[in-house]
Amino acid sequence: MTAPLLSIRGLKVRFTAYGQVNEVLHGVDLDVPARGNVALVGESGSGKSVTMKAIMGLLRTPPAEITGGQILFRGQDLLTMRERERLKLRGTAMSMVFQDPMSSLNPVFTIRDQLATILKYADRRLGRDRSRAQRLARVHEVLAQVRMREPEQVAAAFPIMLSGGMRQRVLIAMALLSEPELLIADEPGTALDVTTQAQILKLLKDLVAERGLALLMITHNLGVVRETADRVYVMNKGTIVESATTGAIFAHPREEYTRDLMAAVPRLTGGHRYGTQGGRA
Amino acid sequence: MEFLSFLLRRVGWSLLVLVGLSMVIFFIARIVPGDPARMALGPTATAEQVEALNDKLGLNKPITVQYAYFVGGLAQGDLGRSLLTERAVNDDIRDTFPATFELVFATIFMAFVFGVPMGVVAANWKDRWPDTAVRLFAIFAAVTPSFFLAILLQVLAGYVLGVLPTTGRLSPDVVYTAGPTGLLIFDSIAQGRWDVLGDAVRHLILPATALAAATTGQIARITRASMIDTSRQDYIEAARAFGVPGWLRLFKYNLRPSFVPPLTILGLEFASLIGGAFVVELVFAWPGMAAYGIRTILQKDLNAVMGVVMVSGVFFVTVNLVIDILVGIVDPRVRIRGKRT
Ligand SMILES: Nc1ncnc2c1ncn2[C@@H]1O[C@H](COP(=O)(O)OP(=O)(O)OP(=O)(O)O)[C@@H](O)[C@H]1O
Ligand SMILES: [Mg+2]
Repeated sequence: MTAPLLSIRGLKVRFTAYGQVNEVLHGVDLDVPARGNVALVGESGSGKSVTMKAIMGLLRTPPAEITGGQILFRGQDLLTMRERERLKLRGTAMSMVFQDPMSSLNPVFTIRDQLATILKYADRRLGRDRSRAQRLARVHEVLAQVRMREPEQVAAAFPIMLSGGMRQRVLIAMALLSEPELLIADEPGTALDVTTQAQILKLLKDLVAERGLALLMITHNLGVVRETADRVYVMNKGTIVESATTGAIFAHPREEYTRDLMAAVPRLTGGHRYGTQGGRA
Repeated sequence: MEFLSFLLRRVGWSLLVLVGLSMVIFFIARIVPGDPARMALGPTATAEQVEALNDKLGLNKPITVQYAYFVGGLAQGDLGRSLLTERAVNDDIRDTFPATFELVFATIFMAFVFGVPMGVVAANWKDRWPDTAVRLFAIFAAVTPSFFLAILLQVLAGYVLGVLPTTGRLSPDVVYTAGPTGLLIFDSIAQGRWDVLGDAVRHLILPATALAAATTGQIARITRASMIDTSRQDYIEAARAFGVPGWLRLFKYNLRPSFVPPLTILGLEFASLIGGAFVVELVFAWPGMAAYGIRTILQKDLNAVMGVVMVSGVFFVTVNLVIDILVGIVDPRVRIRGKRT
């Protein structure tokens, strides 16, 4: 078996606030294989978002501090690599889907402006040469990939002109801009209504399959997990308490905690179609 | 389109405000004790002469009729005659307003050019020494009366250091006849009179600084607060996660959405700015509407007082309308929804 694309070993993170030290990750182990579809579940405050931020290098230090462990991406440790090298990966080879479509897009710039700017600096970091016209073409291309029927029109719009579902798809497009290998999504679309959220999750699943991406999806929703993930990690109080293939974990949850989580969340139902474009809000 | 109708509504409101202003100032001017005709003619005039002038001015007529006359004149752009200068108020204002206009615009310019970057610096280094410095400045600027600052600057820069002129709009040795707009900076550029431009700018610096200080502090404070608020938004974090460089996040992603509050504040500050301009003009012997306005108030020169107030009112309302348009340009949410968010 080849080494996983992403491999976290013994990750420890603590926060210091007002002289109080609070360790929130006590040695997390987690693997995401290439093309794998992995879910990370756990109750609120268990440390899922902190894990994701640590992978993406978005923890603010201080107050956060990574006190131990490794985060290997393609076999290289992100935590010891030079900042320059790490910046070449962030937002490009590994990128994330932001959670809240209402607040994750800048309200005063067009979608095109925001996506093209991200692409421009990604190109610059990677030493890629692309003209402005080529960048815009790429922006339209990713918007089409997230099933926008009129990519040019969406690109020219300000966020306020788009529905929540469309904005969430723009956030997915943002993550796809530089053809990542690993996509990390922290509760995508939880701010949306159930039907739209289901569409978004289906879209993510399809995209990941189509493009051969690896996905690490953080979620509360075990219904989602059952229908999309191949492997599940269950997190509680800063450690992974159980991990197994999706089939196994739903058939025989070993931990009490996992069974509680399953009991707490109803199975997700609802049509899995992309449906309409969501219309203009 | 919604933005257009929003602007039209604002114009409607502005007109209403001006009508209200004209009424308030008219009736206040009539109620304040003192006999304008007596003051104009002096103590040696006979009762008959005073009566005759009152008749001529229509001051014996019922107050509502007087108001109708006034509004009628106003509608035709005629502000009547000044008892003090014995000229048309229109002419007096045409001679004095450009100086005030230039001063106020230099002030706004300075307040923005210094206030916004100060706010950006303070927000970016929140709770560190640059932030403390900006906040201290804002407090001192707010509590220092503009007349005091005006005198301080005059003494310091004018007399002690002797680097800048302390009175008037132009040096006496500059030969120049006023251009079409009466705005020295504008006219001198249009005519290619660079010597006049330089001299006019040098004269503007001290009075504009005295007037701008408080507003600069205010704008810095509001920009800071607004930027800090915006910096906590997810879209700033998203820009970071996707590798948008720090300076671009600060000046584009963070500053632009934060720009509406300082703009709006500027509109509101504008009224006190006009008031402050009057004081600063007196200190710097600036030939604006101030000296004229104050003399006419003391003389109960009713037409002139009303003229000055109405022109100030139109100025205020126009600037706020321009600010509304700018707000719409800066923030598409306003443009699209047709209201401030
Ligand atoms: N900036 C911070 N400063 C201090 N403590 C923090 C900070 N961010 C997170 N924590 C702590 O880390 C712990 C884990 O938080 P995290 O956001 O990872 O939870 P989560 O599993 O993502 O929960 P949720 O499902 O609600 O999103 C929490 O106890 C929280 O108090
Ligand atoms: Mg979370």
